[in-house]
Amino acid sequence: MTDVTVGGSPAGVPGAADRRRRLPYALVLAGLGALVAVAATFGIAAGSVGIPAGEVWGILLHRVHPALAEPTWSPVRETIVTDVRLPRVVLCAVVGAGLSVAGTALQALVRNPLADPMLLGVSSGASVGAVLVLVLHVTLFGAFSLPLAAFCGALAALVAVYFLARSGGRMTTLRLVLAGVATAEVLSAVTSFLVVTSNDPHKTQSALRWMLGGLAGTTWTMVWIPAGAVLLGTAVLLGVCRPLNLLLAGEEAAAALGLDVHRFRAALFTLVALMIGTIVAVSGQIGFVGLILPHVVRLLVGADHRRALPAAALLGAAFLIAADLAARTLMSPEEIPVGILTALTGGPFFLWLMRRRTR
Amino acid sequence: MTAGRPETEAGTTEAGTTEAGTTEPGAAGPGATAPGTLDIDGVSVTVDGRTLVDRVSLTVSPGEVVGLVGPNGAGKSTLLRTVYRALRPTSGRVLLDGADVWRMPGKRLARHLAAVLQEHAGDFELTVYEVVAMGRTPHKRPFAGDDAGDRAVVTAALTELDVAGLADAPFDRLSGGEKQRVLIARALAQRAGTMVLDEPTNHLDLRHQLDALRLVRRLGVTAVVALHDLNLAASFCDRLCVLETGRVVAHGTPRDVLTPALLAEVYRVEAYVTEHPRSGAPQVTLLSGDDRPGRGRRGREAART
Repeated sequence: MTDVTVGGSPAGVPGAADRRRRLPYALVLAGLGALVAVAATFGIAAGSVGIPAGEVWGILLHRVHPALAEPTWSPVRETIVTDVRLPRVVLCAVVGAGLSVAGTALQALVRNPLADPMLLGVSSGASVGAVLVLVLHVTLFGAFSLPLAAFCGALAALVAVYFLARSGGRMTTLRLVLAGVATAEVLSAVTSFLVVTSNDPHKTQSALRWMLGGLAGTTWTMVWIPAGAVLLGTAVLLGVCRPLNLLLAGEEAAAALGLDVHRFRAALFTLVALMIGTIVAVSGQIGFVGLILPHVVRLLVGADHRRALPAAALLGAAFLIAADLAARTLMSPEEIPVGILTALTGGPFFLWLMRRRTR
Repeated sequence: MTAGRPETEAGTTEAGTTEAGTTEPGAAGPGATAPGTLDIDGVSVTVDGRTLVDRVSLTVSPGEVVGLVGPNGAGKSTLLRTVYRALRPTSGRVLLDGADVWRMPGKRLARHLAAVLQEHAGDFELTVYEVVAMGRTPHKRPFAGDDAGDRAVVTAALTELDVAGLADAPFDRLSGGEKQRVLIARALAQRAGTMVLDEPTNHLDLRHQLDALRLVRRLGVTAVVALHDLNLAASFCDRLCVLETGRVVAHGTPRDVLTPALLAEVYRVEAYVTEHPRSGAPQVTLLSGDDRPGRGRRGREAART
């Protein structure tokens, strides 16, 4: 594994005159790791009851092993940290990392740097699945009903967009984005219809959460399924970094370099849909995270997935913890759905990217 | 994946310890394979009812360089795509050393056969080094990093194609000719015994055209090269295979194939065929129709005064 992270950066290439300046990879990873730690600390510390950062770490260390920190805090504060704030921050990290990693993979799979789970309608598909389960009271698979339905919706949307955007073996950015946006619109309309006709104000409330994207009221029980899916997805993607890199070279080149492009893409579509489905089932549609962060990561460490994926996971985690912190505190005691914040920052970024690339 | 790996292990140790840049391109690198026999056996390709390649058969012996020539739309690229597994033939087979390329794992084929494509990837800001290093992929297991041997092979390929100075430059921002050389370097880094090249000299200046084809010859690989420039084809290929509307219309040594009659029939041009003053290879000189006495610039000037 250590070998994986150092690959791709040659030392001693002779005469490399206009060498691109990049920070050492280990330094970038350490910096991003520190960023996650800082964001998490503030994410746990901030709220209606302010808890000093030192106390946050004291409580967490005490939890890990009682001998690590002497309790100087009230039990109420410990409950707030471990049962209210910590699960939310952990879920933020999982969702952020998952969206960022899935976005990176998706961009390689459709060979388009403007791809994003929400722009391609994948999140909308997951929402339809989730809302269907909610409205129809499906409890066939217990706690897994919701994520499973969201996964199926995500996969169906992704496959539909892919084939709509493709014609004659080519896929232009224009067609891809148009197919994605149109699919997302249709699926959002389906979600709205299901919610409006359900006649249940409580469900309308929770359905709204999926459409706007938010992490309010997170409990530990919500964390495990997406955490498992994101861990699994990231691990598998790290294993297929080389074939994923080949796709960046183009479909024919990838085939010539030994990749079974169609089978590989089908498998990874399923994997990405699994990550996004389980994420959307708990957090709703949080857009642009999977678009912006892969770009920032590529600027930092380059496009080689062996380097980009770990960095994308860390940066995604830190970003969404910070975004959720802002969503909770900017208009306190009111809470802004975090999806609104990411759209407000991500939308302009997307437009800037589009302008820059079409010049 | 490991079962029946026929590549030679020779050179694995040397390449790992050789000074970067001095590895001889023809010499075996880690996982290098021997030149193979490529047998295109009655291949046809039909897309949407149009027959692009029509029952083409062509056998290339180990180390032989065959040029694929013909006018635009003759099916050269389509035929090559069936060889490097981008397009499945509608009928017929492509065999490498007797094994159907469409029935073996892609990774194994890629260790034995490298392709230089016309397609240019873009958009992702890969560096030149990263693009060339992709050539090592067929030789690697999923989690394996690039070892010293891989880096030596990649560096040698960069040096060979005169792009070592661009190693850390973004591939997207190179000129057409530089991109072409990088893609040839990637195929070189594959260390495959057989190569197919789809107009590798496109975008290249004169010197790099010659260098690229000389390199293919010097590697000693089995090669099929689609070429537009007939004079280059005549100078560097052992045999030429002329395609027209998907069919083989002529096949043989450059001297046998490149005749004024064939050029008139296939390309619809009037041409002289002369001998190259030093190599003796046939050289084609086109008659533009403006070359007749009195019709050139001089002739017109003379008429005006």
